[in-house]
Amino acid sequence: MKLVLSQEQQELRAAVRDFLRAASPLPKVRDGYDPQVYARLNGELGLSGLIVPEEYGGAGAGLSELAVALEETGAALLPGPFLATAFAALALTQVPDKELQSGIAEGRVAATLSTTELSLDGGAVSGTLAQVLSGSEADVLVAPARDGDAPVLVAVELAGPGVSRTALETLDLTRDQATIVLAGAPARVLGPAPESGVFERVCVALAAEQLGVMRAALDAIVAYAKIRVAFGRYIGSYQGVKHKLADMHCKLEQAESIVRYAAWAADESPEELPEAAALAQAYVGRACFEVARDHLLLHGGIGYTWEHDAHLFYKRAKADEVLLGPPRIHRARLAQLLEL
Amino acid sequence: MNLAEYRHAAAHWLRENVPTDDYPEADGIARAKEFMAKLYDAGYSGITWPKQWGGQGLTQAEERVFAEEARHYVLPTYVFSIGLGMTGPTIVDRGSDALRERFVRPLLRGEEIWCQLFSEPGAGSDVASLQTRAVRDGDHWIVNGQKVWTSVAHHADWGLLLARTNVDVPKHKGLTMFVIDMHHPGVTVRPLKDMSGRANFNEVFFDNVPIPDEHRVGEVDDGWSVAVTTLLHERLSISAGVGMGGQKDHPASVEALRRALDTSDPLVRDELVELHIRTRALALFNQRLAQETKAGLFPGARGSAAKLLLAELTLYQADLATRLAGPEAALADHPLARAISMAPGMALGGGTNEIMRNIVGDRVLGLPPEPRVDKTVPFKDLKVGTQA
Repeated sequence: MKLVLSQEQQELRAAVRDFLRAASPLPKVRDGYDPQVYARLNGELGLSGLIVPEEYGGAGAGLSELAVALEETGAALLPGPFLATAFAALALTQVPDKELQSGIAEGRVAATLSTTELSLDGGAVSGTLAQVLSGSEADVLVAPARDGDAPVLVAVELAGPGVSRTALETLDLTRDQATIVLAGAPARVLGPAPESGVFERVCVALAAEQLGVMRAALDAIVAYAKIRVAFGRYIGSYQGVKHKLADMHCKLEQAESIVRYAAWAADESPEELPEAAALAQAYVGRACFEVARDHLLLHGGIGYTWEHDAHLFYKRAKADEVLLGPPRIHRARLAQLLEL
Repeated sequence: MNLAEYRHAAAHWLRENVPTDDYPEADGIARAKEFMAKLYDAGYSGITWPKQWGGQGLTQAEERVFAEEARHYVLPTYVFSIGLGMTGPTIVDRGSDALRERFVRPLLRGEEIWCQLFSEPGAGSDVASLQTRAVRDGDHWIVNGQKVWTSVAHHADWGLLLARTNVDVPKHKGLTMFVIDMHHPGVTVRPLKDMSGRANFNEVFFDNVPIPDEHRVGEVDDGWSVAVTTLLHERLSISAGVGMGGQKDHPASVEALRRALDTSDPLVRDELVELHIRTRALALFNQRLAQETKAGLFPGARGSAAKLLLAELTLYQADLATRLAGPEAALADHPLARAISMAPGMALGGGTNEIMRNIVGDRVLGLPPEPRVDKTVPFKDLKVGTQA
């Protein structure tokens, strides 16, 4: 089991962190998706191709490396389709497709993944997807579909015929969701839908983003507690504040340990992945929201204002916590895996 | 010898040498000492300690391999734990060569048992406000005062004693560390029963006990910095290895509870899932700290976060298990009654949860310290202990 970052992973982290600090600072994230930043992220850093096999132009890295990148995009509250594309790319590691994977690796194609099954009829799919992550931003939808008995994975061009998209107003200002209605939209069959392994990897990838969100939220309130004065003292010197921050740090330490473990399991020990993935969402999803919530509260009244960034973290944390379904599904999965 | 060979040899040695019967109380110490000597002679005591003073001079990797193999056994080494985990490393780090030469090898070989004499009735979390005095008398120091919560003092040959040597300076600046002979007639050890009914620690009284100056550890009035070394080792030895193995023998573990409870009740299932999540979260954190240590990253004050989490898990787990079990948990000889009685201990010993949160806040997060009224006042003018 590997829970500590390697030298290369630390370098990747530093590169992504430095890039985002310059290209997508917090004041900019309220403007939403910037295709130029996204193109540079993929061009200069090659992030979209991180987990695409080398033969399709990617870096052939694992979920452990993707987790490092997602932690940083999460900490920066990066808007845009990076997470959605990572979800789709994770599905494609189980059902390879040269065209799509090389498009993703080159940064030409932004993709998204749905878990709702579509109906497939003679090369065209139909169905309504109520909330698709980055649904307005993505070029291609990857989704399971069924034509008779065997479920397959299909790719649908979202700018193509038979597709109507409606952008939704989201709680999280930094992240797009859309309703997608498919009415006989042309679809390309990628291969048989994998029985397992995709949702688990998506759980781990999301947990990595959540780890970044909670780390950034904790950093922000710790920094503020060192400069804000009340009753003649820095607020961080009060035990009422300090002890809460210490508890938040404890959650962060445990969350990081779980994310490293779950990413390692995905790469090296797949038989451990189902439990590790459910654990990652059950623990990190909750911890992320709790830390983001307490970071907002400890800011005091300023944290409740629209102009302050605290609510951006709070809302991202909440949106992430419920992104893959009501969080109880992860707990139910754990109960099932533990044979309780 | 490579690590695989080392592991093989260690596993073999343990299989051949760890006693499997229960120890009768009466001759427990004699047999523990006998085992410790065998352990030392086989090269498995003080694995990472410097060769020069009697250790093996090996790396954390060997120590970890041995610990992994030893986890399958219960080693009869409890009475040596204070010496091995706290006072020994302090002598190695801060003692004179004469002290290292005299004390380290017998400690590692289990010939001498150690205790640690820091806390006092009036000085717990704020241990630097302690009042036990050591007054210089020629080439000796004369000690008077009282210590408390002293584990294994009733078996100890030597104690690591923190005493006040100067009352005219602020409290942290007037302390000195000593090695004290626990067999001196001026030392009285009285067992102290804890809330679980066991007497695993003691009160220790000193009545004009002389200590030769050669038994001083570190400089005069610099005992606080020596104590910080000891406390760091203490927290690491408490948190290290926690949750690494299964918890199969713990009556409040997920494994034990699922056997005892009706898990068709979804409320029970969800409580057990929560316990599983918290147990795994801490176990993985401890494993990550261990991997970092192995990679040369010293966890330092982050060990206090692990200790805090362990204390909270211990309380939560015993509390949850008793609630799930129902009325039977309220009978004294029920394993869960023992668990709930012992649970507060982890949140108090080795630093309370509040002290751990201060340490994490100050040293890990770098938060501003609380304003102090006791840093500049000479000790003799300071309020200490419990005052009406």
